[in-house]
Amino acid sequence: MGTMKLTLKIWRQSGPNDKGKMVSYPVNDVSEDMSFLEMLDVLNDELVRNGDDPIAFDHDCREGICGSCSLFINGEAHGPGRGITTCQLHMRKFKDGDVIQVEPWRAGAFPVVKDLVVDRSAFDRIQAAGGFVSVNTSGNLVDGNAIPIPKNDADSAFDAATCIGCGACVATCTNSSAMLFVAAKVSQFALLPQGRPEARKRVLAMVEQMDKEGFGNCSNTGACEVECPKGISLEHIARMNREYVAASVTKDR
Amino acid sequence: MARSALLGSSLAKKYWMALTGLFLCIFLIAHLAGNLQLLDMSPDGQLKFNAYAKFMTTFPLVKVVSYLLYASILFHAFDGILLALQNRKARPVRYHYEKAGANSTWYSRQMALLGTLVLVFLVIHMKGFWYEMHWGDLGLDADGNKDLYTLVAAAFSQPWYVAIYVVSMAVLAFHLLHGFASAFQSLGLNHPRYTPLIKNVGVFFAVVVPVFFALIPVWMFINA
Repeated sequence: MGTMKLTLKIWRQSGPNDKGKMVSYPVNDVSEDMSFLEMLDVLNDELVRNGDDPIAFDHDCREGICGSCSLFINGEAHGPGRGITTCQLHMRKFKDGDVIQVEPWRAGAFPVVKDLVVDRSAFDRIQAAGGFVSVNTSGNLVDGNAIPIPKNDADSAFDAATCIGCGACVATCTNSSAMLFVAAKVSQFALLPQGRPEARKRVLAMVEQMDKEGFGNCSNTGACEVECPKGISLEHIARMNREYVAASVTKDR
Repeated sequence: MARSALLGSSLAKKYWMALTGLFLCIFLIAHLAGNLQLLDMSPDGQLKFNAYAKFMTTFPLVKVVSYLLYASILFHAFDGILLALQNRKARPVRYHYEKAGANSTWYSRQMALLGTLVLVFLVIHMKGFWYEMHWGDLGLDADGNKDLYTLVAAAFSQPWYVAIYVVSMAVLAFHLLHGFASAFQSLGLNHPRYTPLIKNVGVFFAVVVPVFFALIPVWMFINA
């Protein structure tokens, strides 16, 4: 099993107000079994040994479920490959001698904190605006499984709920639009009876917050669906569009 | 809130974009059906076309629809510019390297540019024929109708004028190739059973309509 020599071109930015620039780093002895993040760990280890500032990047579970890792690698969110996050991207996807461009998510609503780390709290604020179900927790809980739900609806709601909020949709979208994220969060409740009582309020509030955060508009290019690590479908955006029309027209005030 | 939601929100702008866009698609069919009469270049065909042009500019119901059409064109263009400006603002720092072709078609990402080119064509097109028909100094044909046919034939005897039309129809084709199906998605009309059909109809529409439109100047140039 051979090792690879790579050249990384990485966005370095010391803080939110720094202008930032692409910096070249050679990396040797890269195993094809490493994940992309492990490769960055190796580079950072070397930088620290040499007394340099290590490259800041987000990561947590490293098993594709937390949504922390980001990175725009060689022009694509989470790099080449489909249905994966950056921690699930392995170096066997690259060849010896490759030049790899690594940039942070780019969106006005996702300001750079440092290097490759961006502030994704805009997503949290959209969630807080309506991405929940108000449940009575005073001891008289109803068994959720006692409510009949058509299998297709349950499956579709689950598909929407697999969104990990990584922001690849925004990063990929030519308009920096957050429609796929918001649509997934709206759909996972809209499809279930437990979500219906607050459905109208939810979609209006979440879309309003999305617009406030400064995300772009949807051109239906479909890029988000392709790059989404969880394969969230554009059908959810259409559902949000329907929910929004219905809610706008029928809301009491 | 409901009021502003249906006018100002990001989703509402898309609804209006879709509704006006689909209305303009319907117009394209009517406009094409009428103007295919230009392919009949016999003296009798010329008189028929001029009579048709008179009907289209004077019949009250057509006039009402035409005002709706002008409003739709202006709104579609204005709303589109507004959306494009907001979208640019949403990404203040661009990527150094972007492999956008890996996940979307170029024409779906360039709707604003394609739309602007179509608008430029519309200005040329309406100045050339629509303005002349309404306020220009056209001669009368044997039936006493304004002789729009002769004006069109003269315009399409110039190679560069024909070229502008053919290129513009190619631009329109790409605009429709994304726009037709996209309008349905914006309106929330996405269904596993019907969306494949909508997409196929969209491709058919985007190819057939511009090709027939482009055929008119080419035909008139060849047979002049």
